[in-house]
Amino acid sequence: MSPDFLFFLEIIVSGLMAGVMYSLVALGFVLIFKASGIFNFAQGVLCLFAALALYDFIAPGGWVDRWFGFTLPVWLGIIMTAGVMVIVAWLIERLVLRYLVNQAPIILFMATIGLAYVLEGMGDILFGSDVKPLDIGLPQGASDYMLDTFGLYVEKLEIVAAFVAAALVAVLAVFFQKTRIGRALRAVADDHQAALSVGISLRTIWVIVWSVAGIVAMVAGIMWGSKSGVQFSLSLIALKALPVLILGGFTSVPGAIIGGLIIGVGEKLAEIYVGPLFGGAIENWFAYMLALAFLLVRPQGLFGEKIIERV
Amino acid sequence: MLYRETGQFKPTYQADQAIFPIAQDRWFITAVLAVAFLVVPLLIDDYWANAIFLPFLAYALAAIGLNILTGYCGQVSLGTGGFMAVGAFSAFKLMTAFPDLNFIIVVILAGGVTALVGVLFGLPSLRIKGFYLAVATLAAQFFLVWLFNKVGWFINYNATGQVTAPPVEFFGVLIIGPEATPPARYLFCLAFVAVFALAAKNIVRGRIGRSWMAIRDMDIAAELIGIRPLEAKLSAFAVSSFYVGMAGALYFAVWLGAAEPGEAFGIEQSFFVLFIIIVGGLGSILGSFLGAAFMVLMPILLKNFMVNGIGVEVVTAKHVEITTMGILIVFFLIVEPHGLARLWQITKEKLRLWPFPH
Repeated sequence: MSPDFLFFLEIIVSGLMAGVMYSLVALGFVLIFKASGIFNFAQGVLCLFAALALYDFIAPGGWVDRWFGFTLPVWLGIIMTAGVMVIVAWLIERLVLRYLVNQAPIILFMATIGLAYVLEGMGDILFGSDVKPLDIGLPQGASDYMLDTFGLYVEKLEIVAAFVAAALVAVLAVFFQKTRIGRALRAVADDHQAALSVGISLRTIWVIVWSVAGIVAMVAGIMWGSKSGVQFSLSLIALKALPVLILGGFTSVPGAIIGGLIIGVGEKLAEIYVGPLFGGAIENWFAYMLALAFLLVRPQGLFGEKIIERV
Repeated sequence: MLYRETGQFKPTYQADQAIFPIAQDRWFITAVLAVAFLVVPLLIDDYWANAIFLPFLAYALAAIGLNILTGYCGQVSLGTGGFMAVGAFSAFKLMTAFPDLNFIIVVILAGGVTALVGVLFGLPSLRIKGFYLAVATLAAQFFLVWLFNKVGWFINYNATGQVTAPPVEFFGVLIIGPEATPPARYLFCLAFVAVFALAAKNIVRGRIGRSWMAIRDMDIAAELIGIRPLEAKLSAFAVSSFYVGMAGALYFAVWLGAAEPGEAFGIEQSFFVLFIIIVGGLGSILGSFLGAAFMVLMPILLKNFMVNGIGVEVVTAKHVEITTMGILIVFFLIVEPHGLARLWQITKEKLRLWPFPH
């Protein structure tokens, strides 16, 4: 293979891998939007919160270490963090969402922005605001196999992330399609009132959905945390997930994945081949422009439900 | 007994359709304006001007702008920071290119430039709506800030990446620059905001404002009764951006004096102004002022209370401030989703009957 083509391939692969990371964040958005029609701005902060909590459970110098003099094994730390996310989800339902049923979507959206501020401030107060390296034993560095066989430079961590994302989507698909709770979730997503009238408790469902979204956020937080350390900027990846969402459609899980991949690849290609024309650093807004251009053709995104309006 | 309109007859349609049809309202607003124009300039010093009054006025104007778009026309925008940047940088370019131009004209031209940019970024609103549009306006936010950071022409190739407003005289009185006195800066902003708030109030009461509200309430129905969505939406974007641009110009030139695009006009600004109109009340000009006052004063009071009152460290106080702001926003949304303006309305209705319960 010629070096040029190899370089191109490498960009594509690294774009795909970055896209997987975006997809992980976007997934959490889609879950909550589908089940409750809430555009949850706090998703990125949830990632940060989960990563911070996990750090304090397992890392030397974290809370558990300082208080009890030992650190938890990674698997127990992850389970504990999942527990924390469930508690957070329950608190959010109990203290905020319960009082906002039937409000306009913009009000709920604003409430989640408020929530993001609360979680961010709380995270800083509880866990401190310095950058923390998160090491849960995921492989680091370049993959020798890919380098030797194809001559491609691929981060091991990104390969792991791809597998984790695939597993997560599979688990979610089974959960939504095959379980009783999953059926109830789909019912609520379809029609709140009809779901209520057949005896599905909206409140329980919301707690479950937010818990699931919290756990997805935890997975995303672990991946991003292992990649670039746990720090405040983690909450800003939520902004990166937004173009992914509008590209894929707010209501579609496959849309989140494919949208993420398209954005990841598009961004990398644009940065390399178009960026120099504009003086670089176009990564910040290119994804939005791509999504915007796309919306003009298909207002509901790639896989979103067709918007039907009635008077 | 104090606030009762009994006996105030309106013999003409004009009297009936006045902005403040009730005499007590007129007295009240006259009193507020009199205090703002006559009393405050006597008392104001540098701290009060920089920490409270100038940010209040700049944010109130920006909030009126966003309220026109989001509160009256129903198009959610997260690009306010970017549009403020457009206003600020057009003002900067005009001030440095034409130093003799009257500053009023500079600000209005800056608003005009922003209106054009706003219409451009408002075009997608014809196809997409709701959250899709909100995310699309983020494109404006990131793109504009990147543009001002990247293209040297906008900052006159200043090596520090910062822009500094040159001193400006207004009919012989210095209103911009380190030498300008607080009362001069304050009065200039106040006059601007007062005039344009009045204009906004009249626009939203008139034909255009009504067409915006029809689009907000249901765009298909509005189309059916003969309102053109193209005209209504784009005019809302234009007028809104015009206000936001002027606010950006005042924010940069009169209040800050120097700015750096990424910091002064980041996405936090967009959220801050959005918070102002949510707390103040969507679809209310008065609400824009109440919200701006609340959002400007709250962090200052909170910080004073924590740092000077109970001796919390400054860093912790910052975190607590963020948390409290979040809590307050959620609290407001739960208790009064229509904001402070609605509370004011309720108070007035209670006052009408006071001291009787019914």
